[in-house]
Amino acid sequence: MADLPPFRVLSPTAILGYGFPSASFEAGLAMKPDVIAVDAGSTDPGPFYLGAGLSFTDRSAVKRDLRHILTAGRARDIPVLIGSAGGAGARPHLDWCTQIIREIAAEEKLTGALAVIGADMDKALLSQALAAGQITALPPGPEAQADLIDSSSHIVAQMGEAPLIAALDAGARVIVAGRCYDPSVFAAEPIRRGYPPGLALHMGKILECAAIAAQPGSGSDCMIGTLDAEGFTVEPTAPERACTVASVAAHTLYEKSDPFHLPGPGGALDLTATQFEQRGARKVRVTGTTFIPAQEHIVKLEGARRTGFRTVSIAGARSPDFIAGLDDILQGVRDRVADNFADMQDGAAQLLFKVYGRDAVMGALEPLRHQPAHEVGIVIEAVAPSQDQADTICGFARATLLHFGYPGRVSTAGNLAFPYSPSDFKAGAVYEFSLYHLLHGADPATLFPLEMSRLEAPA
Amino acid sequence: MRQLSDIASVIRSKNAGPYALTFDILFKTQADFERAVGRALINPDLIARLYGLSPQDVLSIIAFPPAHAIKATIRRPLPSGAVGDTDIYGAQQHAPLLSLPLDPDWP
Repeated sequence: MADLPPFRVLSPTAILGYGFPSASFEAGLAMKPDVIAVDAGSTDPGPFYLGAGLSFTDRSAVKRDLRHILTAGRARDIPVLIGSAGGAGARPHLDWCTQIIREIAAEEKLTGALAVIGADMDKALLSQALAAGQITALPPGPEAQADLIDSSSHIVAQMGEAPLIAALDAGARVIVAGRCYDPSVFAAEPIRRGYPPGLALHMGKILECAAIAAQPGSGSDCMIGTLDAEGFTVEPTAPERACTVASVAAHTLYEKSDPFHLPGPGGALDLTATQFEQRGARKVRVTGTTFIPAQEHIVKLEGARRTGFRTVSIAGARSPDFIAGLDDILQGVRDRVADNFADMQDGAAQLLFKVYGRDAVMGALEPLRHQPAHEVGIVIEAVAPSQDQADTICGFARATLLHFGYPGRVSTAGNLAFPYSPSDFKAGAVYEFSLYHLLHGADPATLFPLEMSRLEAPA
Repeated sequence: MRQLSDIASVIRSKNAGPYALTFDILFKTQADFERAVGRALINPDLIARLYGLSPQDVLSIIAFPPAHAIKATIRRPLPSGAVGDTDIYGAQQHAPLLSLPLDPDWP
């Protein structure tokens, strides 16, 4: 493999739409990248965005980043890969991102082959797979359930590099892909060219968060990786940042339960022999990571389903006796609301209180619940089958708590300080993760359909 | 009394998928990292006690020498984004670790 020249992958930003300094991007381009790749997605922001088919990043911010990336990629005729388009990478997200790309292509007069790769899963196929025992849990997650699959609004699978390589083989110069295993967009072209998959994927794993793995870290600044047959180096393109062994090794831990074995589509990264080595002040060299192919092809499924509608009210309290008696007071409010509304009694609607200054951040994990602050913030939350029901329960609970009479009450004009009028906010549809499971034995070549078109084609 | 935050450069929490929460403790020095591993400073009983969990909800404790790090992973009380969840990203669950007292003979 001595004939593999250094291969450079530029990662402009941790999430498409988080931005990057123009000077950093220019510095990255001056290092002559062979590929520009960016990860647009995550399940971090929770189930809403997948379920609702909406992006968690702002359209104008995404368009700004894409304009820089696409014009640079086409000017140099190097591949541009965008993974987990629109954040959650389902069809509405993919269409949203593709539309932005087409707008930019028209405005900047860009040309070239465009690949769009879907990641949506067919519910009928998944129901069959579930019945055949081909959908397994990811501990500590629960077993999959047929009714949760049926009631999901969107289900995606994380694609590996194979569908991206198919697009590159078909001549794509810009690839916009639905939900991806994060490192895939960074590793696809180097793996296609014969670089070791373990190294390419590990480099992708670091690049997918861009300069977060640098010191000082940033999710909105560029990182470049240089891969060869024996290892890779990573460095931030902004001179005021540096990669250190500590910053890069620490990133390997991030959001993972086991840093030595990182499973993905088609196999797992093995870091048991990985070495991190400082090169100069700002680069880190990584060697020794290997890829262990899996016996069967496994993809991770992500699904979300709507469970109701939410209304919240935000208030504060400063009375020491009120704060001291809060558990009993909130129970009294619960009882009044339950007595007044039948949908509270049958469990269709839920009333929750989050008490900031006491245990709202950590909930059941909070060890200092018995030491509330001198003031507390209370988020009154109702979740119900309809928005109207949620509005009713939240409003009733808010009014009840405002005037609730408790033993020893001195401040009889009202228990709550409302920072806003109106005091209640419709938070809209509520979603939950319905699937976060593994699908076994599916053929990746048919799971992720490839659509080829041209940037210059009319939208 | 010296505490964990005195010898760690990073103490953080984050989701590891929607059902698990993972804590990373990065030690400032290799010596303190090795001492922490040798003494099993971070162990399932400790994590269970700090967070009011039963020991079976502490899923793993793993040392990662390249980062001078010890990682502990627990079951989330509720899945990320479920009704009643308090921290969608899981990024603010680390605080009880900060003031973990060190043994009086910790050098």
